Amino acid sequence: MSEPLQRTPLYDLHVELGARLVPFAGWEMPVQYSGIIEEHLAVRRAAGLFDVSHMGEVRVRGRDAAAFLDRVMTNEMSTLKPGAARYTLMCQPDGGCVDDLIVYRFSENEFFICLNASNAAKDIQWLRDHVGTAKVEIIDECKLWAQLALQGPLAEKILSLVTTLPLASIKRFGFLVGEIAGASGCVVSRTGYTGSAGFEIYLPAASGIQVERALLTSGKAHGLIPVGLGARDSLRLEANYPLYGHEISERISPIQAGLGWTVKFNKEQFIGREALRRQAEGGPTSSVVLFSLNDRRIARQGATVYAGETPVGEVLSGTFSPTMNKPIGTALVAAGYVNSEQLTVDIRGTRLPLTISVTPFVK
Amino acid sequence: MSQVPATLRYTKDHEWVRQESDGTVTIGITDHAQAALGDVTFVDLPKAGKTFSTGEVFGTVESVKAASDLYCPIAGEVVEANAQLNDSPDLVNREPYGGAWMIRVKPKNPAEVNQLLDAAAYSATL
Repeated sequence: MSEPLQRTPLYDLHVELGARLVPFAGWEMPVQYSGIIEEHLAVRRAAGLFDVSHMGEVRVRGRDAAAFLDRVMTNEMSTLKPGAARYTLMCQPDGGCVDDLIVYRFSENEFFICLNASNAAKDIQWLRDHVGTAKVEIIDECKLWAQLALQGPLAEKILSLVTTLPLASIKRFGFLVGEIAGASGCVVSRTGYTGSAGFEIYLPAASGIQVERALLTSGKAHGLIPVGLGARDSLRLEANYPLYGHEISERISPIQAGLGWTVKFNKEQFIGREALRRQAEGGPTSSVVLFSLNDRRIARQGATVYAGETPVGEVLSGTFSPTMNKPIGTALVAAGYVNSEQLTVDIRGTRLPLTISVTPFVK
Repeated sequence: MSQVPATLRYTKDHEWVRQESDGTVTIGITDHAQAALGDVTFVDLPKAGKTFSTGEVFGTVESVKAASDLYCPIAGEVVEANAQLNDSPDLVNREPYGGAWMIRVKPKNPAEVNQLLDAAAYSATL
């Protein structure tokens, strides 16, 4: 039985803008408007506006909120300053990932967390299941918020046209709460999932359309266009940002995914600590690598990676990179082959050499 | 919405076929097909001299979203493949009925073209 698809508060505007809508993580979401490559390049050169209202939100507050989050997250939350945000993983005892998240600290005892759409319900249940005796409240706010991502080199210029908030004062992973395009109570953070500069904006759900319209109208002269999930995927992959279910999952840990910097072993206890420490010290059995192909064919999820005639891994994500003008992707490769210069990938019976990149394709 | 020129023949798999005066036929994919694929990044076509039976896979068109097989609408021998698509696969999106023709085929049975859908019949499938 499949549940009916959910629609974001911005659905009517997507239809009006001529978006192509597809099912994604239980939501009916725009995959593209004018075309994936055009939208991708708009973000790199000017700015793009994404509806990411399918993402979930949960508020965690109470006397023990920081200590509780330190116990369920791999990154450190007690040292986070009010007004700042931090990227983290939430792991299972075996080190596999429950989800990756951004945690915002509103005040000493109040945190706000952004969750992946596909994991939101699972995450909130996971948090509740691990409260124990901690004095915290866990408040599901998924339905209260619309969320926009305004990304690209002109994002700040465009956002300044519809708000008086001092945007220049927001540092990377910092945020402010205030009014945007007449909507109050918006959270504006200098974060993103594209590898370009920009902001993510949490809006009271009923204000979503009003703010998106104001941004599109004001930003048009600066090259702002709406961008769908298709370009969101190629943008994040160029920047080597993981996507849950691909580079991280219940079977791929943050250590394997190259996200060891989010795992703070100085904390005495957190879920997954022992398994992750074993992986970090002994080396994981397989690791995620970023690659490009000198070809036009795209190596897609599930394609097999070979060293000679031995299968040594599989592709996790694959797309065409408009910036590099060639296919790029990620693969999970067995330990010992991660630095190999002899890897190939099978695309419909053709073996193509895979060029591993140790740095993202955009800075 | 999508264009379906009246002068061409079609398959339900969204290929178009144009009868040429020298007896060959030119084959490509329709405007509907290119729109559904999205940005095309690669077109894999056969070399001249290869023969295909009706409905056989003769190549692949790959977009940002997916790779799709191309089915030969008519049995015959490839006399030319469009080399321009190697460098400019995006022609498929811009000129599906023009610059983005894919192969020219010498039909085994010239009458086979008459069995393909006409523009009205193809439009009815969209």
